[in-house]
Order: sequence, then structure tokens, then C-alpha cells
Amino acid sequence: MANMIDDATIEYVGILAKLALSDEEKEQAKKDMGSMLDYIDKLGELDTSGVEPMSHVFPVQNVFREDVVTNKDDSENILANAPGSKDSMFKVPRTVE
Amino acid sequence: MNILDYTAVQLSEKIKQGEVKVAEAVEAVFEQIDKTEESLNCYVTLEKEKAFRQAAAIQEKIDRKELTGPLAGVPFAVKDNMCTKGTLTTCSSKILSNFVPTFSAEAVLRLEAAGAVIIGKTNMDEFAMGSTTETSYYGVTRNPKNPEHVPGGSSGGSAAAVAAKECFAALGSDTGGSIRQPASYCGVVGLKPTYGTVSRYGLIAYGSSLDQIGPLTKDVADCAAVLTAIASHDLKDSTSMEREDTDFTAALVADVKGMRIGIPRDYFGEGLDPQVKDAVLKAADVLKSQGALVEEFDLSLVEYAIPTYYTIAAAEASSNLERFDGVKYGYRAKGVEDLHPMYKRTRSEGFGPEVKRRIMLGSFVLSSGYYDAYYLKALKVKALIKRAFDDAFTKYDMILGPVAPTTAPKLGESLSDPIKMYLGDIYTISINLAGLPGISVPCGEDKNGLPIGLQLIGDSFQEKKLIRAAYTYEQCKEGK
Amino acid sequence: MAKQYETVIGLEVHVELATKTKIFCGCSTEFGGAPNTHTCPVCTGMPGSLPVLNKQVVEYALAVGLATNCTITQYCKFDRKNYFYPDNPQNYQISQLYLPICRDGYVEIDTPEGTKKVGIHEIHMEEDAGKLIHDEWEDCSLVDFNRSGVPLIEIVSEPDMRSADEVIAYLDKLRLIIQYLGASDCKLQEGSMRADVNLSVREAGCEKFGTRTEMKNLNSFRAIARAIEGERNRQIELLEAGKPVIQETRRWDDGKEYSYAMRSKEDAQDYRYFPDPDLAPVYISDEWLESVRSRQPELRTEKMKRYKEEYDIPDYDIEIITGTKHMADIFEATVALGSQPKKVSNWLMVETLRLLKEKELDPEDIRFSPGNLAKLIGLTEQRVINSTVAKEVFEEMFDRDIDPERYVEEKGLKTVNDEGALKKTVEEVIAVNPQSVEDYRNGKEKAIGFLVGQTMKAMKGKADPASVNKLLKELL
Repeated sequence: MANMIDDATIEYVGILAKLALSDEEKEQAKKDMGSMLDYIDKLGELDTSGVEPMSHVFPVQNVFREDVVTNKDDSENILANAPGSKDSMFKVPRTVE
Repeated sequence: MNILDYTAVQLSEKIKQGEVKVAEAVEAVFEQIDKTEESLNCYVTLEKEKAFRQAAAIQEKIDRKELTGPLAGVPFAVKDNMCTKGTLTTCSSKILSNFVPTFSAEAVLRLEAAGAVIIGKTNMDEFAMGSTTETSYYGVTRNPKNPEHVPGGSSGGSAAAVAAKECFAALGSDTGGSIRQPASYCGVVGLKPTYGTVSRYGLIAYGSSLDQIGPLTKDVADCAAVLTAIASHDLKDSTSMEREDTDFTAALVADVKGMRIGIPRDYFGEGLDPQVKDAVLKAADVLKSQGALVEEFDLSLVEYAIPTYYTIAAAEASSNLERFDGVKYGYRAKGVEDLHPMYKRTRSEGFGPEVKRRIMLGSFVLSSGYYDAYYLKALKVKALIKRAFDDAFTKYDMILGPVAPTTAPKLGESLSDPIKMYLGDIYTISINLAGLPGISVPCGEDKNGLPIGLQLIGDSFQEKKLIRAAYTYEQCKEGK
Repeated sequence: MAKQYETVIGLEVHVELATKTKIFCGCSTEFGGAPNTHTCPVCTGMPGSLPVLNKQVVEYALAVGLATNCTITQYCKFDRKNYFYPDNPQNYQISQLYLPICRDGYVEIDTPEGTKKVGIHEIHMEEDAGKLIHDEWEDCSLVDFNRSGVPLIEIVSEPDMRSADEVIAYLDKLRLIIQYLGASDCKLQEGSMRADVNLSVREAGCEKFGTRTEMKNLNSFRAIARAIEGERNRQIELLEAGKPVIQETRRWDDGKEYSYAMRSKEDAQDYRYFPDPDLAPVYISDEWLESVRSRQPELRTEKMKRYKEEYDIPDYDIEIITGTKHMADIFEATVALGSQPKKVSNWLMVETLRLLKEKELDPEDIRFSPGNLAKLIGLTEQRVINSTVAKEVFEEMFDRDIDPERYVEEKGLKTVNDEGALKKTVEEVIAVNPQSVEDYRNGKEKAIGFLVGQTMKAMKGKADPASVNKLLKELL
């Protein structure tokens, strides 16, 4: 296996993705990610020099809104699903200053 | 004839003629649900009361001749990743186990405007990540043709509900085959439209550049009617396309004379179940006998579609799913004092293993130092794959092949080896990368009675050709 | 001899654009609404919501880019910047990394050594975050998304500045350009203009840059100047002690005059940028660019030049009047109504500035209309009111933008030009002030001033002092 994903990588990706994996999950993730990346490495066989990366499949461009207010106060709906709220705001653990 | 045996379009006709009441159709569907739902588990949420209320309102409009379309009064199911105002929308995930949207997806609104009665939300692979509907937090869905087998996925609940007559038609979404493959496994018709044809507004995103909503129906005529109802140029979705002539029912013509159909040799190689191969090639013969010009060709790059897809889809998913953090909606882990532990606990407890696997992979391929090697490389290969299809469509009106290498596997067989599971998407995935339309039509059964699907792939915006060929096949196949 | 150090500074300036709606949804950008009343599914990151770009944002970004001599990226895209924080509802911010709308520009600033160019590396468009409020009663924070999705441009300079003075000159220049374009009001205190300072030090003469730090939370020119001084000293102390400067983000505490490192274990600073698949690319055609260029208003430098040529007013006045677009607009509109430039300039330079200072207001807060200022000038020119009364009227105008003609009429403030009435009053004043009359006749010129004052008082200020003076001299 070419892609040896180590513990530090799993730890790092866990911070990026905000996932706390159990030890067992970490072992599994190491294995899975290693084999997926090996598989993805297959793309290296293709010569893509001079190829423009394609993020949008169709050449659609300039999709705009006009600068006109269309929305009214919808705070009740916006807060309807909040796990915690107070004074019409979303309540979260204290952020460190 | 039993109400449940009508197709959606037939049912609506009967309702408009006054032979069947909308409430009777809804009643029939819920009776069927009472019989089969316990073993099949097609739905995450059923809205019986609401459905009857809606039925009454729609009946009135039909009586006043305000609703005259081909779907008026038809009971529908909607995949649980489309927002429905006031109805739980979970994406089959624990993290959205209590999420009640305050607006409906544009496709759902279109369907409602056409007079459909939405009876419930169907089960799926969690966040549409999977090919078996086994990764749902709300239990597996079983294949109505054989409950030992999976219905496919990720729109497994929608496909199974149509096949089990627990609704007359359903909406699914297709990111890498998630409409076509379960349609194939359950023996129904499924269509993935050209990217941008159906608005994604209100569809909870998995891979934004690949996701499309489409119909799962009993036959091709229903499929055309549903696509006509949901196709729209939506100003709320910047990737929505302005299309002319979206009356797809006009393509329901049994005539393929002179149509050029290409069969990629690369789709019939190693890994393809001989029974599937025979059924698909026999279907090609039917079209040939009706005057289509069928020939084999080399599509190329087929084996690169899966790694390209998983890189792009995982990357987009890792970002799309960041919003599920326990702050604004959905599940929040209890008893965590600090911010980052709250995020981590919420997401670790709220997402299932397959979702976490893809988020981890996606975060990695976008991370500093790997972006060019993985993500950018995949975007370049995507361009090459699109080019290969563009070349093919200079010679052919459509491409014909299987939907999946095998018929529906048994429950529990697929999840153990992700790569093997991903390989099952080989024939469906590349058309999402290229933004093309594709339809899955039943074309036989294997020796165990499990359905086989025929896939027709069209050039961008050529759904009508697909519908025409699929309709021709449906009309002319054996036993018809 | 102690080592000499040079400070190298680059700025990242965020400017809130003056659009009516947010960058990706139709919510109002108005300040001060109740929490979450200017929000919708898009700017709160609801599942299934999608962004649609506000065209005016692109127009403003182009206007600023052209005014700062940038090259416009005619094919530009939006990228997602991924990081988790509660004020960031999607946990990614839609921004531009790979193809920002403007690149490679510059502005010129005045320094004691002459004019200097400060390079602009790029300008990109992005969305603002929501606001976090720390609850006073509970151990929690609260999120208000009213500001979430307000359009910003980020102007990234080259590391071309060498002192706090240069930084402030640069910021002032940007502020004026952007205000003149109407793209933002650029108020540092209210956060519609924010600056992050990238600073490093190196030994004088050294070619290589030192390690830089980024400082945030600077919301006044004073704070910026102090933070630059503080950070420069901190870095020099580290270097003198043989310790390395760490590349990091620091938060300036203006009260304590010290910066603190903001890094945490959970802060990987790996934003995983990638093109946002939900947004179509922006293509700025030559025609579009030309139409923005043709609509560009006159900027300050050109305006100063023109004032010098067209109006006979001192350079200092020009400097002050063009110092804000609002004041320049009032000046020009009043002159356009026929008032003499010199007179208009005087009202702005003396009374207006005095009242602004007294009331602790900014020139942007001026409320009186050019029409009323022109009327007031007209009233004084025609000697309908005298200058004392005019000042009194102006104060009313400054506060409430009253119509001076009607006000003078209603309050009966017109100067009395009735010769008979005036003569009668003067005679009375002469009669009751024999001592002053005596003094004047004995050659004490000053005494006449007292008599003029007495007459004005008796006339309740409504006389023309020159006429009074003349009449007194005749009668004595």
C-alpha cells in the first residue's frame, strides 16, 4: 500500500473535519483512507498536462440577483429548529476571547 | 382493476373522470403501507393526516377544473433529503433527527403545484452516501421483490415504495447513480436529468456539482410527466439552467428508426454478471429490431470515473456537511461545555460511519499539500471524461449499457468492503461527472427473480431522446 | 552602537459595501435591527439553501479596483474557505482565493519624502460573518446573523509600508477613494472598514523580510498606530534576545496596549479552499468594464485640482472640503445654486467645522441642505439679516435643516432698514449716554463702539451695524 496514513494525519483531519473518532474508528479510518487514496492514485496514470480543471460542467456564467430587498423578518422560522436560543439568538458554548 | 395497479398518469385520468376520488387513492396507498411497510421500511416519515387534508383540497381544485394536469391527485413519496415545510426532513441521519424545515424544496413545490399529494418521506442512505439504503440511521429498507436483498441506494426508499405500490411515484436524487441503480434493483423506471434541469433549492446537498433530483416511477410515461412537472429554471439556484420545451411527455412516441445507439465495449467487461449482460444486450436487440442503428464502440476512461467521483464528491460533501454542527438546527451532543468539543461530539455522535468516512477523505484531499495532487487532478480527469462523452455524442444519439454490474445484493453483503461497494457504481457515476441525463428501465430478471435495469445515457439536454427510446423499448419488449 | 531596525507593514483591509441587500440573498444590510431579523435560510446556512450573487457587489468591487489601478480578472470565481466558528453559519465562508476580481494595483500616498506608491496585491469579494455576543448572565455566547452575508471586499496590500504614518496615509487614501465611489461609508469605529496589520521587522539594509505576524481587532487610527508601535517593539525585543518571531495571528488589546496570540489547538489554519460549486463564475466583458469605467465619479485628487482652477478659495479650504465626499457634495451643490464659492467655503470652514467639533460629529453627519445654505448666504448678501443673526439662524439650520427665509420671517429677525425708526433709537441712545458722547467728542474713538452696541441692543440685534455707525457719526 503506497498511502500509509499515520495517526498524526488522522488526528489532523479529525481537527479539520471536527470529528472525534474512537481508537477503533481511527484504525478503521487509517485503513479505509489508505486504500481509497491508493485507488485514487490511479488518476496519476493519466496525463492531464494542459487540461483545465473543470469545476462547472456547463459554461454558465453571470447568474445574478438585483440589489433589491426581498426578505422580511423571518427570525421566528430561522430560530425554530435551534437546539438552544435566547433573546432571539442562537445559544452556543462560550467562545474564548 | 385495483386502484394500486394504475400508473400515476392513469390514476389521475380516473380521478379527473370522477371514477376515483383523491382520498380513495390516498386510502389505498395507506392500506398498502399498512400491509408491507413493517417489513420493507420504505419511509422515515408518513404524513397520513396531512395527506388526507391535502387530498381534500386537491379534490376541490380538480372538481373546479383548476387542476387538469397528468399528476393531479396522485399520491407521491419524496426522498428524505428534500426539504418539506412542516414535515421532518432527516437525510436518514441522526444529526437531523429533529429537523423540521420552514420551507419546501423547489421540486416539491412544483410537484404540489401539479396537484400531487405528498404522503411521506422515504428512507435513503444517510446523506445519500451509499448504494444500498443500509447506512440509514432509521433502519434498512428491503427490496420488495425479495426482502432478503437491498433495494439499492441511495434513493432505495423511493424505489422500493414505488415497486411495493406504497405510492404511485416518487422523487429521488442522483449524485452517482442514486436514482438509476435502485430503480434497476427494484424494477421501476428512474431518470437522472441533465445537471441544472431540476432546481436544487431545498435539496440537502451531498455533492453539489453532481446532485440532481429526478423521478422514480412505474413506467416511462409517468417518468415523462413527473419530469415535466419538476423541471424549472429557478432563480434561487445559480446552477439552474434555462431550457426550452420542457414538455417531456411529447417524447412518448414508440419510434426509434434511424436513432444511433452506441454500446461501450468497456461497459461489458470484467465484473459484469452474465445474466445482466444478456438482458441488456437483448434490450439493445429490441431497439435494433425497431429500426435503431446499434453498434459497439470504445468510450475510454471508464475505470477512472470512480476515483474521480469519490474525490470530488467527498471533497464537496466534507464542506457541505460542515453546517451540521449543533448550533442552528438538528442534534446537539448533551453535556459539553466547550465549543470545539461540542462540535466534535455532536458530529461524531450525529453522523454514521460511511458519512464520517467520506468527510474524512474529503477533508484530506482538500487539505494543504494535497489539493493539487488529488482534488485538482480529479477536476482535470473530469474534464477528460466529459470530453470522451462529447466525442461519443458526435457519433451517437445515445449510449446504451447496464445500470449496475449485478442485480440487488443481499443485505449486509456490500458494506464490509467500501471499494467493492464503490465499484458497483461504475456505469452510473461518469454521467454525473459529465452532467448528462440517464434513464434506467426494467429489462428483465435474473434467475432469482431480481430485476435488471437497462441504462440509456443521452447528451446534455437530450432527455427527450432517452424518453422516446425507453418508451419504445417498454412498448415493444417481450411479453408486452 | 544599537542595531537599526526597519518595520515592514502590509495591510488587509475589509470594507463593507453599501449595497441594500446581502451578497447572496435578499436580506437587508441595514444596521441595528433586532437580532436575526435580517436573516433568511441562505445567510443562516439552512440545509438546502443556495446562494445567488448580488450584481451590485461586483459593480462596487470593479469600481474600487479601477480606482486603485488594478488589473481586473475578467473571468473570476468564488471559493469556499472552510473553518468552524459559530458566527460562520455554513462553517465555510464564500470568498475568492484562486481568481480574485482585482489584482496588481496601487495607490499613491503623501509622505515627508514625497509621493509613494503602495502596491495592492489583490481585492476580493466575500461575505461577512455574524456577530457573537457574550452573555453577561450565563456562561454562553449568543449568535446574531444580521451581519452574516453582508458583502465585503478585502483589499490586500503589498508589504510596502514602513511606518504607522504611512499606514494611516494609506488607509485614509483608501477611505477617500471608496467614499467618493459611494461603495462604502468606511467608518472604522462602526466596523464598515476594518484593518488587519501584517508586520515584520528586519535589520536596516537587510533584503530579506523577517517573520511576520498578523494583528486583528484594530478599530481606530489611534489603535492602529499604537498596535504598530507595540508589535514593532515586541518583535525587536525578541530578536535582540535571540528568540524567533513566530508567524501567528495576534489580537490587539488597545486598553492594555498589548497583543495576544490567538492560536489554539483546534485552529489548524488549513482552510481547504476549493471553487464553490453552488455559484456560477463571473465573466466581466470589456463592455461591462467600460460601462463601469465611464460611470466612475470624479475622485478626490481630480476634484482638488479642479477646485484650484475653478474656485478662488485657499488650498487649505480645498483640503478640508474635499476631505469627505459629503462636504464636497454640499459645497458643489451650494455653489451650483448661485452662491459665491468663497462664501460657501467660509460657512463650511468656520461655522460648520466649529459645530461639528462642539457636537462631536463627523462631516458625514452634516444634515443641512445645500438649498438652505444658499438661501442663508442670499439673506446675508442682501443684508436682510446681519452676520450675528445669520450665525444664529445657521445653528438652527445645522440642527434641524430649517428653511432660513421662513425662519427669519417667522421670528422677525430681519434687519430694520426704516431710517426713521433707526434715527429715533440712535437719538435716544445719545440722550441717555452723555458720558460716552462726551468721550467721543473729546476724541475717544472707541466710545462710538459702545454707542453702536447700545443701539444694536435696543434694536434687539436687528439693525445693520454699519448703518448705525454711520448715523451716529452724523448725529454727533
